[in-house]
Amino acid sequence: MILSIQNVVKTYGNYTAVDHVSFDVPKGSVFGLLGPNGAGKTSLIRMITTITGPDSGAIFLDGEKLNERTPERIGYMPEERGLYKKMKVGDHLLYLAQLKGLSKAEAQKQIDHWLTKFDIKDWWPKKIEDLSKGMQQKIQFIATIVHQPRLLILDEPFTGLDPINTNLIKDEIRQLNESGISIIFSTHRMEQVEEMCDYIVLINHGKNVLYGEVQSIKNQYKQNLFRVEWQGELPVDFGQQFSIVKQENHAVTVKLHDESQSNDLLRHLIQKGIRITHFEEILPTFDEIFIRTVEGEKATTGSTQ
Amino acid sequence: MSKLSLIVKREYLTRVTKKSFIIGTLLAPLGLLVYMLVIVGLSKYESGSEIKVAVLDEAGMVRQLPDDKGVRFIPSGGKNIEQLKTEVQEKQIDGVLRIPPLGNFQKKEHTVFYYSDDKLAPEKSGIIERKIAKKIREFKVDSLKLDPKSLEMLETDIAIDPEKITGTGEDDSKYTVGVGLAIGGVMAFIMFFMVMMYGQMVMRSVMEEKTNRIVEVMMSSVRPFDLMLGKILGAGAVGLTQVVIWVVLSGGIMFLVPLIMGGVDPSQMQAPMSPGDVTIDPEQMEGEAFRFMNEINKQNWWLIISSFIIFFLGGYFIYSSLFAAIGSAMGDDMGEGQALVLPVTIPIILAIYIVFFAGIRNPDSGLMVFASLFPLFSPIAMPFRMAFNPPWWQIALSLILVVAAAFFFVWLAGRIYRVGILLYGKKVTFKEIGKWMFYKG
Repeated sequence: MILSIQNVVKTYGNYTAVDHVSFDVPKGSVFGLLGPNGAGKTSLIRMITTITGPDSGAIFLDGEKLNERTPERIGYMPEERGLYKKMKVGDHLLYLAQLKGLSKAEAQKQIDHWLTKFDIKDWWPKKIEDLSKGMQQKIQFIATIVHQPRLLILDEPFTGLDPINTNLIKDEIRQLNESGISIIFSTHRMEQVEEMCDYIVLINHGKNVLYGEVQSIKNQYKQNLFRVEWQGELPVDFGQQFSIVKQENHAVTVKLHDESQSNDLLRHLIQKGIRITHFEEILPTFDEIFIRTVEGEKATTGSTQ
Repeated sequence: MSKLSLIVKREYLTRVTKKSFIIGTLLAPLGLLVYMLVIVGLSKYESGSEIKVAVLDEAGMVRQLPDDKGVRFIPSGGKNIEQLKTEVQEKQIDGVLRIPPLGNFQKKEHTVFYYSDDKLAPEKSGIIERKIAKKIREFKVDSLKLDPKSLEMLETDIAIDPEKITGTGEDDSKYTVGVGLAIGGVMAFIMFFMVMMYGQMVMRSVMEEKTNRIVEVMMSSVRPFDLMLGKILGAGAVGLTQVVIWVVLSGGIMFLVPLIMGGVDPSQMQAPMSPGDVTIDPEQMEGEAFRFMNEINKQNWWLIISSFIIFFLGGYFIYSSLFAAIGSAMGDDMGEGQALVLPVTIPIILAIYIVFFAGIRNPDSGLMVFASLFPLFSPIAMPFRMAFNPPWWQIALSLILVVAAAFFFVWLAGRIYRVGILLYGKKVTFKEIGKWMFYKG
């Protein structure tokens, strides 16, 4: 476990922002930290990054309780992010890197490496305010990883980025993860979660309401929906055998009682002579899972779209 | 390099390399340079022109007038008034001074005549008047057969020496108030100036993280207290730099300009010129100056300077940490900030009022004792009182209190700062800030 949150509580006056939250982040994973606005994600992140401290409970980074050296091991890109506008790129990156514990020489080396990698070596003497927003985000990203942290925490990292830069950062994140760095991803964009995360935790009203591996959660929330595409005619009694959820021209989505019925469905159609072109299980999107969990519904009768 | 020194270095360099700093720092010495050039230039212009005055001594009492400050007295050499007037017109001399006979010794006024088409400068006419008055006096003394030595005995210089009735301790003299005022005044001025300028600089620098939206990035790398302290120290260093540059440049200018403009009599440089000035008798002035300097020498300079430094540092840390606390509470809006600045500046203004209105009248009153111990006032009040030799234990107590208060306020500001900078948009009142002091870290 790269990170272990154990029964953490944080209150502000009468308001409980984090209510006995526990979860673990496996080492080398991409971990999604999800939740609606005001759920307590930011408070949690601030405790992990040692900006604030928990009222009770404990947080362990790589087996070690959080301490003064923790900031050097974590790279944090907050949602509310910016840089000192009047500073020059080079000076600024040196400053931030040194504050993370690098020596000046080491910092220089790392910064050169990243500027070269992004092909922006000539930006060194430029003032931050002279860069475009997308350029500033790149500098911000470099500042986040320059000290080779073991854990990266990214809060809505793609806001404000155009598709090209978004892909650039996504690639970098993937590369970093492949080299062993654990990544915590906080976002509202569920399609990104599906795309990038191995594990998630869903926080609502300060509590941990959902936690686990992405695939198993999807399975957990599945509603045994299957979609078939075919050529030919659908048998007339089909609707009596199986409950149809959605009907299209040459496709139908049915809800089965349990997943073992999927073979029965296939067999039934094959026996009727239907030529099947496509067959898949419809797993819930994280959008649905998010909404369902947050709105507290246990089951839904509704359609998939 | 420790994180604190990294922060101090960055805060310092960012401010010291700014154009506004460089211009502001050079502006004052530049003004001084212009002022000096004008003054020195003027005095050279006036005194440079020496006038030659022929003396027609009809009274027979002025044998030889000594030359002085641009006036050269030339004996008439037996010529009469018309001949001398012609010499003036022919530009051989600048003017003729005709001294009629004295007549009645008891007369207190005597008119002498100066013939010239050029106007006689007030400074020079004063010189001539003084010289003649002196000579006439000598003449009268001589004619009346008075003994000059006996006459000198007539002058008695009075000085008041206050004596304490109870207790020991050094006495004051009439100059103590002056010296006290001078020392206290200098300290008050420095204190007020530093706090206003650099305290507010601290406040603005504290807002920098909010306006640049870099608060969380910084907070995830350094402790809030270190960041705040770094800003206080950085701004202080900037202030010190600026003051040192001013002192060095100003001193240099005041020393070099007269030198470069060429052998100007420093006494000429009392500016601006007014007729009243020149009637002061230099000899009388020497006596006063001597007593003033004596008073200054009576002060224990080591004690004064070292305690000044402590009071100054204490005052700076107290007030700049208050400004840091306020700055952290402000949102992006500078306007609401100004409202919060006022309460912080009130204690200093109050201190100045207490010292300069109550302090001069009674330096040992209960109010002054309180003011010289209370840390928000003491950096201004105690230096003033120190010229009056207060009990040593009060000085020591005051120093301890101001140092303790400095630590306390920096700590307190740290607690407010760490909550304030993480909050955005919320409008803050003093009540709200009060709550922050108690939030856990």
